[in-house]
Amino acid sequence: MPNLLEARDVRVRFRSKSVIKSLLERDADPFLDAVCGVSLNVQPGETFAIVGESGSGKTTLARAITGLVKAQEGSIRYQNKELIGLSDSQFRPLRRDIAMMFQDPIGSLSPRLTVEALITEPFKIHGVKVDDYAAEARRLLAMVGLPAHFASRYPFQLSGGQARRVGVARALALSPKLIVADEPTAGLDVSVQGEILNLLAKLQSELGLSLLIITHNLSVVRHISDRMGIMYLGRFVEQGNTDEIFEQAKHPYTQALLSANHDPDPDAHSERIELQGEVPSLLQRPMGCEFHTRCPNAKDICRNKVPDMFSSSTGHEASCHFIDNI
Amino acid sequence: MTELILDVHDLSIDYRTPRGQLKALRNVNMTIPKGKIVGIVGESGCGKSTLISAIINLMASNAEVSNGGVKFLQDELFELSKKQMQAIRGDKLSIVFQDPMTSLNPVVSIGDQMTDIQYRDKVSKKEKTAKAIKMLDRVGIPDPESRLAQFPHEFSGGMLQRIAIAMALLVEPDLLIADEPTTALDATLEVQIIYRLKELQASQGCSILFISHHLGVIAELCDEVVVMYSGEVVEKGSVRDIFHHASHPYTQKLLKCDPAAIKQKTKDLPTILGSLPDLIEVPKGCIFADRCDSASALCLEQKPKAVQINESHVANCHLLDEAGAMYA
Repeated sequence: MPNLLEARDVRVRFRSKSVIKSLLERDADPFLDAVCGVSLNVQPGETFAIVGESGSGKTTLARAITGLVKAQEGSIRYQNKELIGLSDSQFRPLRRDIAMMFQDPIGSLSPRLTVEALITEPFKIHGVKVDDYAAEARRLLAMVGLPAHFASRYPFQLSGGQARRVGVARALALSPKLIVADEPTAGLDVSVQGEILNLLAKLQSELGLSLLIITHNLSVVRHISDRMGIMYLGRFVEQGNTDEIFEQAKHPYTQALLSANHDPDPDAHSERIELQGEVPSLLQRPMGCEFHTRCPNAKDICRNKVPDMFSSSTGHEASCHFIDNI
Repeated sequence: MTELILDVHDLSIDYRTPRGQLKALRNVNMTIPKGKIVGIVGESGCGKSTLISAIINLMASNAEVSNGGVKFLQDELFELSKKQMQAIRGDKLSIVFQDPMTSLNPVVSIGDQMTDIQYRDKVSKKEKTAKAIKMLDRVGIPDPESRLAQFPHEFSGGMLQRIAIAMALLVEPDLLIADEPTTALDATLEVQIIYRLKELQASQGCSILFISHHLGVIAELCDEVVVMYSGEVVEKGSVRDIFHHASHPYTQKLLKCDPAAIKQKTKDLPTILGSLPDLIEVPKGCIFADRCDSASALCLEQKPKAVQINESHVANCHLLDEAGAMYA
């Protein structure tokens, strides 16, 4: 099947010093790489999860895909159309197809608009003719399982889970093909989290959507995603089928992340891998394998040589010097 | 009988609101034995924060204690004067808050903050600094001596939370309250914090009240667990009682909802249907009745009594007979 979205070696750089300061200090490279050579594919109807800790570049990658930050290098192709280098006005029509759900459910809704205004705003922005906005709002509310009288509410009258549903309705308004959801369940209680994820899964199967989900919650990823990629310092250290990674994680960082995922059972004292130290700064990337400063099995070669990306026939990829077979 | 550090007895707290009295906590009973880690589990709005504010006796200005009290060591906290309470807080009782970025003063160096909180000790500044260094070293801050001059913004979130823990334990409290201390942190850092906390607790012998909505962390860290729902304690017991023999339908549902507990991959995750009850017009029957699958007419009419299932395990549910077995 042709890929809906195809990203190759995407690099997003932010200036870390002002032009004058970098000239004065003769700093040849006054940039930091928030996303550093990431490649991924999303197929129609598929859920791809991007996993990683704070500062690993997940959100920046999502924003690059939706055109909210500019990627400097690489290529992002949506239905074979190159997105990198498009101007804002060239990008705008594409946002009908690629919708974004932002991280903070209440903060991402304008406090001064009613729910009806919020979920019909996309039609106005994209100049889509709608005869009856109120009817359209009712249709969208029904889709996300909210009663019709919510149309007249304001964001402060919504609970976290309800605000999330409004966010989903807004993303669905223009019938997109791809939804990029940044931490769709952060800050929600487990019971409400299940509701939102079930809703996304239901809409996905009904509408054939592709989902790109960004999260740090691994137990959620296991249930909802088909494939996943694990980010560390702006790179994918491992990616592949979700089931395969949960069964046989190859990269020590993935293994540590999976082991940190507590099983809610007091007697299940699994082998917990405690990583030492802190996540290095993006301004001072470690030499060699960038994970060696925290890796429990780091050897000399890790400190000096960047490991290659190994890949298997099933598309499972990982970059570590000590992968015997994949 | 084991010595109790904290005894919350029949505590009810109301908030005055424009709509009327909001009954945030209703007849809460819970205890913390000496040297034990007790976890509180519950979703948003279950009254965790109100309970903590009552234990540290720093309640919101519109809060009213309508019944019961909190006994800490020998003292009934609500009978103490402001001054007596201040002598307890930060000495016998200390707290680690959820967000390490905002719980430390941004314009005072870590070293100064750590010596300032030892103001009660009549020892030289040098000794206080030495104690601070030792404590930072124990929570795993590398090169603590040179770190003392640094300010909070120069540390990462995980380090700040470890510093906050170091500060809370510096005074060697009898009870440490940890209010969602790992929520703002990443998974691998969470593991670090949990291990440090457990080590320090073991060496100092203090009790910990640990609040979290992360069931896996509670299961790993705690000795006893209290489950709260909408301002009431619905079930409490040892960590194994709760996680292996959950007896209240709410606890059972909550445990089932945790995606980490579901072994089989599924796109249809369990949820708890319905929403939280209104706490101004509190339902007269069981508080969980309208969301419970097995609720009967009795559940809607009458409050369930606490059923003692074993020595430590208590659940409030009509479905349990006197021996604590579930009616089919």
